[in-house]
Amino acid sequence: MTFNFKTLLTVSSLATSLMASSALAETELRMMWYNDGNEGEVIQSIIDRFEADNPDISVVLDVVPYKSVLESLPIQLAAGQGPDIARVTDLGGLSEHYLDLSPYVSNTAYWEESFGPFLNWLAPNSDRISGFMTQLTVTGPYVNKTLFEQAEVAMPGDGATWDDWADAVNEVASKLDIPIPMAWDRSGHRVAGPAIAMGANMFDADGNPALVDDGLKAMAQRLYDWHQDGTMSKELWGSVSGSTYLGANEDFANGQVVFYMSGSWQIPQFADKIGDAFDWWAVPAPCGDAACTGMPGGAALVAMADTEHPEEVGKLMDFLAQEDNLAEFYGATLFIPGHLGLATGGVDFATVDPRAKHALETFSGAVPTISQTAFDLQGYKNNRVLFNALISRLNEAIVGELTLDQAYERMESDVAKQLEELARK
Amino acid sequence: MPIAKDRISISDRLSAVAAWPVLLIFKLLDYPLSLVQRIVGVKGMPWIFLLPNLAFFGLFVVIPLGINFAFSFTGGPELFLSDRVYTGTEQYAFLLDCETFGDPITCREDRFWKGLYNTAIFIIFQVTFLVLFSMITALILNRKIRARGFFRAVFFFPVLLSPVVVALIWKWVLLRDGILNAFLVSIGMDKILFFVSPEWSMFWAVFVSIWAHMGFYTLIILAGLQAIQPDLYEAAEMDGTSTERVFWRITLPLLWPNLLVVVVLALIKGVQIFDEVFVLTGGGPGTATQFIVQYIYNTGFTEQVQNFGLASAASMVLGGVLFVLTMTQLAATRARDNG
Repeated sequence: MTFNFKTLLTVSSLATSLMASSALAETELRMMWYNDGNEGEVIQSIIDRFEADNPDISVVLDVVPYKSVLESLPIQLAAGQGPDIARVTDLGGLSEHYLDLSPYVSNTAYWEESFGPFLNWLAPNSDRISGFMTQLTVTGPYVNKTLFEQAEVAMPGDGATWDDWADAVNEVASKLDIPIPMAWDRSGHRVAGPAIAMGANMFDADGNPALVDDGLKAMAQRLYDWHQDGTMSKELWGSVSGSTYLGANEDFANGQVVFYMSGSWQIPQFADKIGDAFDWWAVPAPCGDAACTGMPGGAALVAMADTEHPEEVGKLMDFLAQEDNLAEFYGATLFIPGHLGLATGGVDFATVDPRAKHALETFSGAVPTISQTAFDLQGYKNNRVLFNALISRLNEAIVGELTLDQAYERMESDVAKQLEELARK
Repeated sequence: MPIAKDRISISDRLSAVAAWPVLLIFKLLDYPLSLVQRIVGVKGMPWIFLLPNLAFFGLFVVIPLGINFAFSFTGGPELFLSDRVYTGTEQYAFLLDCETFGDPITCREDRFWKGLYNTAIFIIFQVTFLVLFSMITALILNRKIRARGFFRAVFFFPVLLSPVVVALIWKWVLLRDGILNAFLVSIGMDKILFFVSPEWSMFWAVFVSIWAHMGFYTLIILAGLQAIQPDLYEAAEMDGTSTERVFWRITLPLLWPNLLVVVVLALIKGVQIFDEVFVLTGGGPGTATQFIVQYIYNTGFTEQVQNFGLASAASMVLGGVLFVLTMTQLAATRARDNG
C-alpha cells in the first residue's frame, strides 16, 4: 500500500510538473477581430496553420461587433488592457498604441515594398511598421441595374455627375414606385469623397484641418435638398442622432433602393445575400466640379504596444503578411488587396458571380482616380473628428433643427473643440 | 407502522441534524464577535454589522463618485486621472455658457441643453401617465375580477424583460415595414414613418417606457391598496358613501405614501432614461429624443476624442438634479409623517 501511494505521488508530481512546463511554454496571443463577411473563417484557417507550425504559440480570435472595435477598443488600449493584435478601421487615430514591428519581422524591406503607402496611414509621419491592410476599401455607389432595365431608363455613363444620377434614379423610382431612390450610408467618411469631388479641400494652406468650404457646402446643400425632395429618405439619416453609423445595405438587398452609396466592402455580402435576385452593379464614383472620386480606406491588422509577447506577435504578423497567405485571404474574402504586389499581379477571387467580379474590377479600377485630398484625409489621424462633426450637424440641418448655415458653424466649432481637447496633454 | 410519537421523534432528529452546521457556525462566530463587542461596545455593534454593506457602497458608489467629480475638473484625452490636465471649472463653464437658457441653439454646448430639455419633456409626460395608468391598473386588479392572477402576471411581465429586448420588440412593430404599418395599410391608411417625426418619436419613447415599467409601479400601488383596512370600506358602505367619495376620502389619502414613492422613483428613473430609447430611436430624429444620459455617453465614449472631463461635468449636473429630487422626496415624506 505504501509502495502504491509513493508511486502514485511520484507519477502525479511528474505529470503535474510536465503539464506546468507545457503550460509555461505556451504563449497565448489574443486577436480582436470583427466580421463583414466570411473573413473570420478565412483568417482562422490561416492561423490554424501558424499554430501547427508553432506549437508553443496559441492564438485566440476574439470576434466582436464592429461597434466594440470603434468604442471599446480605444478605452481598453488607454487602460493598457487591450488585445495583442486587433483589426481596426480608425487607422491613424489609434496609432499611439501600435507596436513597431520592425525589430520583430524577418524582412522589413518586404513590408515596406508590399505595404508602403499604407504603413504611413498606420503610423503618420514615422517609419514604423505597425501592421498591414486586411482590405483596401474604396467608397462608391451600387445601382440596382434590373430596376433601370425594367423602367427603361438609361443608366448614366462614365463621367456622369451627382445631379445626373439623382435625376436618373428619381425617374426609375417614380416609374416603378420604389420607396427610396437614393440611399447613402450614414457616415461622414461616405460624404467626404463626394464633397472632395465638389471641390472640398478639407485642409487649409498650412495643412490644418478646415472642414467647411464651398466644395463641402455644395455637397451638403445637395444632400439637404435630396432629403427634402424625397430623393433620399429621412428614415435612414434622420432616424438617429449624433454620429451613429447606419447602413442601407439591407434596404438595397431587399430591392427598396435604386442607388446606394457605400463601398467595396459590401461586395461579399451582396454576392451572398442578393446573388442573382437582381443585377446589383457597382458604378464609378459620380463627378462633381473638381473630380470624380470616392474615399479610400480600409481595415488593418495591427500589433499593440502593450503586448507582453512582442516577439511572438511579430512572428504571427510576419506569417499572416506573407504574400501567399494574403493572396488566399483576399481571394476567399473578395476584399480589394492592400498588398501592392497582389494589387498589381491580381488575385484569384473565389467567385463566379459576374456582378461580384464586375464590382471588384470597378472598385479596384477606381483606386488610381482617387483624389490626393482624399488620400490626405484618410491619412490624417484625427479624420473621425471631421467625419463625426460633418455627419451629426448635417443631419440636424436635414431634420430641421438647424439651418445649413448654423450647421456649418457648429461643424467648425465641434472640430475646434475636439482638437483643442486633444491638444491638452 | 410507526406510531405518531416515533414520527415526531424522527422529525426532531432530522431537524437537529439540519441545525447542526448552523449551530456550529454560530459557535465559531461567537468568539470573534464577543471579542469585537468587548472592543467596540454594544452600541458599536450595529456599525460592525453594517460594515460589509458600507464597504460595498463606498467601493462601488462613493469612490467612483469622487473620481467622477475629480475628472470634471480635468481635460485632455488621457484616461488616467494622474495623466490628465487640470482645467479648473472650465468644463462647467463650457456647459453652462448660454446666451438664452430657454433656447439651446444659443448655448455653446447646445446638445447638453437639448438633452436636458428633452429629458424634462420626457419625464413630465412619462411620470404623469405612468402614475395615472399604474393607479388605474392597480385599482382594477384590486377588485375581485375573473382571472385576476393572470392579469397581474400579464401586467408585470414586461418588467422582467431586458430594456434592449423591449426596445427591439417595439422597433420591429414601428418600423416602415413593421406590424403597425402593415395594419395601417390593411385598413386603407398610409404608412407612417414614426422615427422620422420628432413628435412621434417622443410619443413612442414615452409609450414604450410606460409599457415596460408600469407593472412595477402597479405592484407598489397594489400593495398599498391591499394594506388599507377593509373595515373602512365596510363602514363607508354602511353609511351609504358614494364610490367617488370613498376613493377621494379613503383610498387616495391612505395610498398617498405609496404614490409618493412611485412618483419619486419614476422621476429618478425618468431622468436616468437611456437604454430603451437609445435602442428604439437612437436619440433621433436629429436630437429629438436624445436625453441627458445619452449626451454623457456620446461625449465620453463615441467621439474620436473621448471627452471624459466634459462628460463627467455633465454627469455631476445630472447627479445634482437627482439629489434635488431625492431631497424633495425625503422632505415630502417627513412633512407627511409630521402631519
